Amino acid sequence: MTGDRTDVLPSIGDQHASTTVIPAVPAVPAIPAAPSGPPVPTTASLEAERVSAWFGQRKVLDRVSLEMPAGRVTALIGPSGCGKSTFLRILNRMHELVPSAALAGEVRLDGQDIYAPERRLTDARKAIGMVFQKPNPFPAMSIQDNVLAGLRLTGTKIGKGEREGLVEESLVRAGLWLEVKDRLKQPGSALSGGQQQRLCIARSLAVRPRVLLMDEPCSALDPTSTRVVEETIQQIAADVTIVIVTHNMQQAHRVSHQCAFFLAAHGTPGVIVEHGPTDTIFDNPQDQRTSDYVNGRFG
Amino acid sequence: MTTMTPSPTTGTPDPIDPATGTAVPQTHLPAYDDDAPPPLPRPGLGKPSPDERFALIGSWVAGAALAWLLTQRLLPLAGLPWFLISWFVVGLVVTGVTAGITGGMTEVKDRVAAGVITGAALVTGAALVSTVVFVTMRGWRAALNLNFYTSDMSGVGPKDNFDKGGILHAITGSGIELGIALLITLPLGIGTAVFMTEVGGKFATVVRTVVEAMTALPSIVAGLFIYTVLIVALGFPRSGLAASLAIAVMMLPIIARAADVVLRVVPGGLREASLALGSSRWRTVWHVVLPTARPGLATAVILGIARGVGETSPVLLTSGAAAFTVTGPTDGVMNSLPLFIYTNVRSGEPQAIARAFGAATVLLALVLVLFVVARLLARPRGNRPTLRARLAGALAPNRAAR
Repeated sequence: MTGDRTDVLPSIGDQHASTTVIPAVPAVPAIPAAPSGPPVPTTASLEAERVSAWFGQRKVLDRVSLEMPAGRVTALIGPSGCGKSTFLRILNRMHELVPSAALAGEVRLDGQDIYAPERRLTDARKAIGMVFQKPNPFPAMSIQDNVLAGLRLTGTKIGKGEREGLVEESLVRAGLWLEVKDRLKQPGSALSGGQQQRLCIARSLAVRPRVLLMDEPCSALDPTSTRVVEETIQQIAADVTIVIVTHNMQQAHRVSHQCAFFLAAHGTPGVIVEHGPTDTIFDNPQDQRTSDYVNGRFG
Repeated sequence: MTTMTPSPTTGTPDPIDPATGTAVPQTHLPAYDDDAPPPLPRPGLGKPSPDERFALIGSWVAGAALAWLLTQRLLPLAGLPWFLISWFVVGLVVTGVTAGITGGMTEVKDRVAAGVITGAALVTGAALVSTVVFVTMRGWRAALNLNFYTSDMSGVGPKDNFDKGGILHAITGSGIELGIALLITLPLGIGTAVFMTEVGGKFATVVRTVVEAMTALPSIVAGLFIYTVLIVALGFPRSGLAASLAIAVMMLPIIARAADVVLRVVPGGLREASLALGSSRWRTVWHVVLPTARPGLATAVILGIARGVGETSPVLLTSGAAAFTVTGPTDGVMNSLPLFIYTNVRSGEPQAIARAFGAATVLLALVLVLFVVARLLARPRGNRPTLRARLAGALAPNRAAR
C-alpha cells in the first residue's frame, strides 16, 4: 500500500492486453504442506493479480488486482452485482463450484499461487476459510461437533484432550464460549441467528486458517449480534487475515483497515475503482464515484 | 384550522404552534383505560360457540332421522348403504339451513364445506380401518394360538385344527429374503441417489429417468426377469436368494427415488460450508449431506421395505413354497408371508383360509412395527430423549391422577 493515498486503477479501455482463461498457469515451487494438527499458523498475505472471471459467456470481473496484507482487515464494498462476492469466492476457489465458471489470473497466498496445478484444492480451502451470508451450522451436529467439523471433514486426527482445548479456544476466539459452554452437546441449530453465525466463525477458526473470508456475515443479523460479530472480527484480526464483503458502509468503516470499492458499470464486468486505507477512502477519495458511493449518493 | 386535531388512536390532541397556527407533529404514547371491559375474542369461523356446536350436532341428528324416514319408510331404498348416503346428503342440507338461519352466506359455505371434508375423511379412514378390522376378524382365531408363531406347516394338513402348525417358516423366509434384499438395495439405492444429486451431469438425468420408469415396473416383470436370468438361463434352483433378488429389483427404484428427493432438499449452503472448510466432496456427502438427510433416508428405506415385504408375484415365480422352515438362502424352496397367504387363500379349506388371514394379520403387524422402528431411528440424534426419560414422561400423568 502506498502510504495514505488511495490507488485509482486505470480505466479498462487503455489495456488491450489479452487475458486468457487459465489452463496454463506458470509452475511455482511446491508449497510446504499446511501444518497438520493445531500448531498455530502465522498470518499470511493474500494477493490477487489480474483476476478475471466469467459465468458462461458473461464476464463478471475484469483484471482485478488487490493486495490483502497479513493481519489486517480488508473490506470489499460496492453496489450489488459488481462482483465482490465472486471475487471473494475466487480467493478460496469456491468460484469453480459453479459448472459454467471460468477464471484467469493468479491468487497468491504468501507468494504461492493457490490455483497452481500441483496445489491441492482442499489445501487452499483449509488455509483460506470462509463464513457465509446466511449462518449455516450443520443441523445434524451438536455445537461441539460443529466446531470440530472441519477436522472431521478434512480427516485431521487429534487427541481427545486436545479436542476439548480446541473447542474452547475456537469458541472463545469467536466470542461464543460464555454463552454455550454449558450446552456443548446441544444441536447447533438451536442457537439464535447471531450465535449461529459466531458458531460458523468458530468452526472456520478451528481448522486454523491463515485467511478468513466473510461474505456479508452480518446481513442476516440484528444490530446487537452484528456488534458482537464485529467485535469478534476485530479480536481475531491480529491472528488471521480477514477479507470481508459488506453492504454496510458504517461496518466497513468500523472494522476494516483498508477498503476496495468495486463497481460494474451497466453491462460491463466489475472492476476495482479505488482501494486504499479505510479512512482515506471514506474521507478523501480520489475518484468521484467512490466519493458518491461512500456518502450514499448512489448504489 | 383553528381547532386542535384529535389523534385518532389515543385521543390526545396535537398541540398547536401559536406562531403558525398549524399542528406540531409529535409522537404519541398509548393510553390505557383501566375501567374498560376486558377484551373478548371475536367469534369467527372454525371457532364455534356452544350454540353453534349444538346446532351442528342437532342438524346431523335431524339429518339421520330424516334420512331414516326417507329411505326406510317413504322410498323403496331399504338397507344401510342407502341410509348412509341419504344421511350424508340430508345432513348437509340441514346443516346449511341451520347455519343460514343464524348467519350469512359465509357461515353456510363454511358448514357445508366442513361437512363435505369431514365426510370424505371419514370414508377414507373407514376404508383403512375396515381393511385392518376385516383381516383381523377373519384371522384372529388362527393367530391367537402360540404354536402359530413357533412351528411350521411340515406334516400339517390343510384341514388340521389351529393347535397344529404355524407360520414360523413363512416369517423366517420373509425375514431372510427381505434382509438380503435390503443388504443389496440400501447401499445401491442411496448410492444411486447420491450420484443423482451430488455428482449430477447429463448421465444423472438419464439415471433419474430410468429410476422413475422403474418405479412403475409391474412386479410380475421383476419376477420374470430373475426367473429367466437366474433360474432358466443360469440354472440355479428356486431359492430364497432368487426371491431376494426379485424383491431387490422392486425395492431399488423406490428407495433411490425417495432418497433422491430427500437429498435434493439438503440446503446447498451446508455443502458449501463443508467444502469451504477444505473437505473433499466424498467427506462432505458422508459427514454432512447424509447425516442431515437421515430422517428422510430412513423413511425412504421404510417405503422400500414396505413395498418389498408385501410383494407376492416376484416371490411366486422365484422361491417356490415350502411347508417347512428353510434358513439357507440357497437351500432351495423357501416360503414367505405373502406367498403363504396366497397359497392358503386359494386352497378352499376354511381352516387354511383362516390361517392365511392369520398370516395377513401378522404381516400387517410386522409392517406397523417396521414403521415405528423407522420413526424412532429417524429422530434427530441431538435432542433424542432417552427411553427412560420418555417412559417417565408417559407415566407422569398417571401418577398425578393417583
